[in-house]
Amino acid sequence: MKALYTWSAILAIVFASVVGDVLLAHAMKQVGDVGALWRRAGLLAVIRRTLGNPNFLFGVMAMAVAFFSLLFALSWGDVSLVAPAAASLTFIGNAVAAKIFLHERVDRRRWIAASLVAGGVALLAG
Amino acid sequence: MPEPALSEVEGCLCGGKPQKLVVTSASLSNPQVNFRKYLVLAGVTVFAAAGDSMLSHGMKQTGSISLNHLQGVIFAILNPWVAIGILLLLAFFAAYMTALSWADLTYVLPATSLGYVLLALAARFVLHEHVSPLRWLGIALITGGVGFIAGGPALTEHHDHKLAEPDEARATVAASGVEL
Repeated sequence: MKALYTWSAILAIVFASVVGDVLLAHAMKQVGDVGALWRRAGLLAVIRRTLGNPNFLFGVMAMAVAFFSLLFALSWGDVSLVAPAAASLTFIGNAVAAKIFLHERVDRRRWIAASLVAGGVALLAG
Repeated sequence: MPEPALSEVEGCLCGGKPQKLVVTSASLSNPQVNFRKYLVLAGVTVFAAAGDSMLSHGMKQTGSISLNHLQGVIFAILNPWVAIGILLLLAFFAAYMTALSWADLTYVLPATSLGYVLLALAARFVLHEHVSPLRWLGIALITGGVGFIAGGPALTEHHDHKLAEPDEARATVAASGVEL
């Protein structure tokens, strides 16, 4: 039963952080090249435009949900299971979500890289 | 090429503000990742790794916080290691957002995982801790994965092809009869 709780919390972490990452990435694409905007309009304009982007705010909220799910997961399961499982599943989830929602061209090169990194993170964080 | 033309028009409409089509000459002449952008990516890696380790060092000093006593978090912030860790993580977030403004999510994410490699290397060579063969394998996998990504383009979205060529985008919009 405890394992079920732990894995539900891990899935919640993965889901929330994938949603958060996709929203944040989308928001920053809408904001545009931050360096160029800074040179053109100043740092304040960058901050105002970023914080004024609804996708950015929703992304931050999703990240907060992911963080609290992590706290719950850690109260139910071992850190040596939760951290690597959540991190590497988030990786794979992000690659899928980036392809579907952000229209990134996730070609074979990126799939291989995402799997390698996911495997590596699982080994290192374990 | 009918398909990109369509996505260009969509991009302009959903973008809303016309000023988004204004692209500085710097980003026009250099669509590839340049030195400054590598610095930002390095910042993503280093700030995440340093922030996490400061935070975990500080939290071990303050002791565990239970869900029933969340006010313990406030005292934790008073610990200098925790405070520095939070500042570093804010710096990480700024660098991460900056990187996402000009690169794909699937390009930037592997950079964040390089932080794990940095931490493991620091554990081995600075703190002289034992790093197991399995962890060395993990380091090799992450490094290989990042190398794979770094050899490719930073940005592949349809969305930004028109940003790289604003004149072409305007021409397409004009040709399709959509008013900005």
